Amino acid sequence: MNQFQYVRPTKTKAAIEALAKDANAQFIAGGTNLLDLMKRGVMTPPRLIDINRLPLDKIEKAEAGLRIGALVLNSTVAEDKLVRERHPLLAQALAAGASAQLRNMATVGGNMLQRTRCSYFYDTAMPCNKREPGSGCGALEGHNRMHAIFGFSDKCIAVHPSDMSVVLVALDAAVLLSGPKGERRLAFSDLHRLPGDTPQRDTNLEPGELILGVEIPDSPFTRHVHYLKVRERASYAFALVSVAAALSLDGNTIKDARLAMGGVAHKPWRLSAAEKSLIGKPATEATFRQAAELAMQGAKAFKHNAYKLQLAPNTIVQALKNAAASA
Amino acid sequence: MSNTALFQDKVVGDRMNRVDGRLKVTGAAQYSAEYQLPGLVHGALVGSTIAKGRITGIDTKAAERAPGVLAVITHLNSPKVPGFAAKSNPDEPPAIGQPLRVFYDERIYFNDQPIALVVADTLERARYAARLVKATYAPEEHRTNFEANKERGVLPTQAKRNPKSPQNDKDRGQKDGYQTAPVKLEAEYRHPSEMHNPMELQSIIAHWEAPDRLTVYDKVQAVKGTQRAFAKDWNLPEDNVKVVATFVGGAFGNGLHNWPHETAAIIGAKVTGKPVKLVLTREQMFTMVGYRPYTWQRIGIGATRDGKLVGITHESVGQTSSYEEFTESTLQQTRMMYACPNVSTRYRILGLDISTPIWMRGPGEATGAFALESALDELAHLLNMDPIELRLRNYADTDPDNGKPWSTKYLKELYQMGAERIGWSRRQLKPGSLREGDWLIGYGMGVGTFGANRGAAKVRAVLRQDGTVLLQSATTDIGPGTGTAMVQIAADALDMPTDQIRFELGNSTFPNAPSQGGSATVNTVGSAVLAACIDLKKKLQQLGGASFANVQPEQLTLTNGQLGLKANGGPRTAFADLCKANNGQDIEVTTEAKPGNERQQYSMYSFSIHFAEVRVHALTGEVRVTRLVSGADAGTIVNLKTAGSQMIGGAIGGIGMALHEGAVMDDRFGRYVTKDLADYHVPVHADAPPVEVFFVGKPDTIVDPLGTKGIGEIAIIGVAPAITNAIFNATGKRIRELPVTPDKVLLA
Repeated sequence: MNQFQYVRPTKTKAAIEALAKDANAQFIAGGTNLLDLMKRGVMTPPRLIDINRLPLDKIEKAEAGLRIGALVLNSTVAEDKLVRERHPLLAQALAAGASAQLRNMATVGGNMLQRTRCSYFYDTAMPCNKREPGSGCGALEGHNRMHAIFGFSDKCIAVHPSDMSVVLVALDAAVLLSGPKGERRLAFSDLHRLPGDTPQRDTNLEPGELILGVEIPDSPFTRHVHYLKVRERASYAFALVSVAAALSLDGNTIKDARLAMGGVAHKPWRLSAAEKSLIGKPATEATFRQAAELAMQGAKAFKHNAYKLQLAPNTIVQALKNAAASA
Repeated sequence: MSNTALFQDKVVGDRMNRVDGRLKVTGAAQYSAEYQLPGLVHGALVGSTIAKGRITGIDTKAAERAPGVLAVITHLNSPKVPGFAAKSNPDEPPAIGQPLRVFYDERIYFNDQPIALVVADTLERARYAARLVKATYAPEEHRTNFEANKERGVLPTQAKRNPKSPQNDKDRGQKDGYQTAPVKLEAEYRHPSEMHNPMELQSIIAHWEAPDRLTVYDKVQAVKGTQRAFAKDWNLPEDNVKVVATFVGGAFGNGLHNWPHETAAIIGAKVTGKPVKLVLTREQMFTMVGYRPYTWQRIGIGATRDGKLVGITHESVGQTSSYEEFTESTLQQTRMMYACPNVSTRYRILGLDISTPIWMRGPGEATGAFALESALDELAHLLNMDPIELRLRNYADTDPDNGKPWSTKYLKELYQMGAERIGWSRRQLKPGSLREGDWLIGYGMGVGTFGANRGAAKVRAVLRQDGTVLLQSATTDIGPGTGTAMVQIAADALDMPTDQIRFELGNSTFPNAPSQGGSATVNTVGSAVLAACIDLKKKLQQLGGASFANVQPEQLTLTNGQLGLKANGGPRTAFADLCKANNGQDIEVTTEAKPGNERQQYSMYSFSIHFAEVRVHALTGEVRVTRLVSGADAGTIVNLKTAGSQMIGGAIGGIGMALHEGAVMDDRFGRYVTKDLADYHVPVHADAPPVEVFFVGKPDTIVDPLGTKGIGEIAIIGVAPAITNAIFNATGKRIRELPVTPDKVLLA
């Protein structure tokens, strides 16, 4: 690990000012990802701004819905009564992530800013445009079992690893930001970006911006929801494919639906066309299969991830079946 | 867990808690990296970033200037290790060739080969400075792709040199006789390299106590072997090298070789004149300290329509490095397990620009059993026959490989006991028949075997003036609970309470014992404990004088601080008086025990059986092992608790082998893309179902006087095929390449 300076402001304004002074500085909260990256030499921030003492650790009812502070722990959100009542899908996704020990350290803000788990990104002896722009994409012609089938570019085919983000995209959440130019609100679906020619940028955060929290609007998706994460072992692994499925049912008829996928793109992948196709239809496997096929339009596989073309639609179907069956 | 009630009134057979359990769970047990030495400094290794070629330059200036740095050692400035001029340095070279000589010259043989050691006052400063070392290379074209080079596999040199080597091709009956069978099949099986990742990282503290006296606190499975290796390296008398490995946090074979980092630390200590601690990073565990090699296998198997085997041909190619020939007994189970008139075996190795493999739990046999036990299952399916029935129809009553009688073999009992426990009758012959919701359910089984080995060992036994008995032997305990078992054996042999007996191991100053490997420690060292205890009793008998002159040692008891007779009312003499009679000294004997010629007369093996129940998701291809039953015919079970734990650990390791573990190489760079425990999966708790363990529990007194046969290896051998056979039974999909991940299930 490199040497670094460390500061621990107690006020949000001070934290933002500290970052403004040093463009290479990094905020640190739980550190569950950043410390690994620093130990491996992937990230070498000269200064860490510890934000754990900022007053951003509340879950509150807000006008538009539920507001969750950036510093609330993943385990706290997963167990919170309000969250479980109003957004059980979010609780499920958080419980599916990492391990109990990590969930007890990781924060909501840090969760959405996780860097990709692409092996080429993690090894400084390998090419990676995200880590070192211009060095090439190691995964493109290399091992790409875990990689994207949507929205990639020839510069980067990595996927975003967060489970929580998949649900926040599905539930039309917004992320609340504060920066040198003041506060702003960003649709969660606009937080993460596709790699294009600048895969080094994971998000649309402006320089110096701090995440204050997220807001999730109230919704009818409180019963028939399921977060299905398919992975290579029963726990503590990143998704091969994950699906957040939420249904609003009238009898067996689908009134409204939300669908998003993880493990398939550089950002959480909202399946809007598939959602629309579900509305007004009976909640049957045939309906779900049609939606899944719609969702897969435009998907393209690489050498080692062709299985995702089969796994992804199957996972959508299974998640919808589970959502419809849950009460 | 059950055990035949053989051990009434004996400590052997008890579920005794580990003698060092408290030390381990409270953190008081000292592992290699935990010794506090005055002036201790820290090392960090720099690895190469090419797989083959030469180092053309190393810029160490920035590292040397970094804070706290004491030395940066490379091939350009390393002191010459005297033994490097000679061939080979490890104890029992696992390979023909030249073990990597660290910092010897500019050659690069594999990616992440150690090219520099930074020594600094703190770990953080050493690791930081290591990052500042920059090397330039003249790369050469490397070969790391096993499949692309498979045809280049060669007969191992040891087989070429020695016609009697088991690595030679061997035909029993007609060559490739399976081809004449009315029912036959051919199939290829693959398993990837599996990387050694015990919880404790490889670590060493090297301390030159004088210019010609070296002490190492080293994570090894052989303290005497390591002592000999380093004495040879540094041209020292063996007694000038002391190796301490009192506690080892799991090793699985990984500590049976001396690796480059160990010598790097010793060089670092030489250069700086200070004790150097070197702990590998988790990433370095994937490249520097061995692994179970990638292996390709092909089986041809044929039978009559009523299930009598006609022939088996089993070929394999195993991976090794370009500089050492690592071999293992992949084909042994095929040679001896089934009564089959025609058996052909052909073993090859393939040298690649990758570091040398090393034994991993059930070495060779676990690999071979995956192919053999899968092929049996495939054949049973072709015959529309129960796989147990097929095995029973080809049961070998004597060793078909050499015609010798078995010392003991209770495999029929294992089939029956295991089938009852898993509920084998639920299994349907037709795959895909059992289903609950979206989950397909299947049952599978596999057999394992490993030689019941025994070597020579010495044990010192001392009756001390405080009334306790101390036993010492230079074996190690990599986790099975060796000390506990030895105390139990001694307690019976001495007729003395266990809490008055101590067993010390893991120190090269103790009497000679072999490495802890090959499931042989209890057979070997336990027999020596038994012999030493009997000798100690004889010595006490002499010191006790006339009243004990005419009794057998078995009739003597060491209870209540007295030597006495087991029968009530006999004479008793206080230990203190015995010591007085011994000139006021502790009473000490050192005894060696070794095998006789039984191996010439008998074939000696442990056997295991594993049954798996799995669920496979019809849409996502996820596999869950929901139950495992593992049984062993391993002779006398000294401690039901620790033996049971070994079986459970092996079974869970087998889940990893079947479903999770696999190193992935990017051949463009000759570099692994899986090099941490996020990318390289092992089972977590959620993957490990309840494992029901049972033992036949019948002693084999031909192997050794205790009747033990060994458990460590057979605990994993046969588990992976039990699981993949169950996946076939659930889905009708036969996946012949490990690990069986959801993508393979979906695309099969």
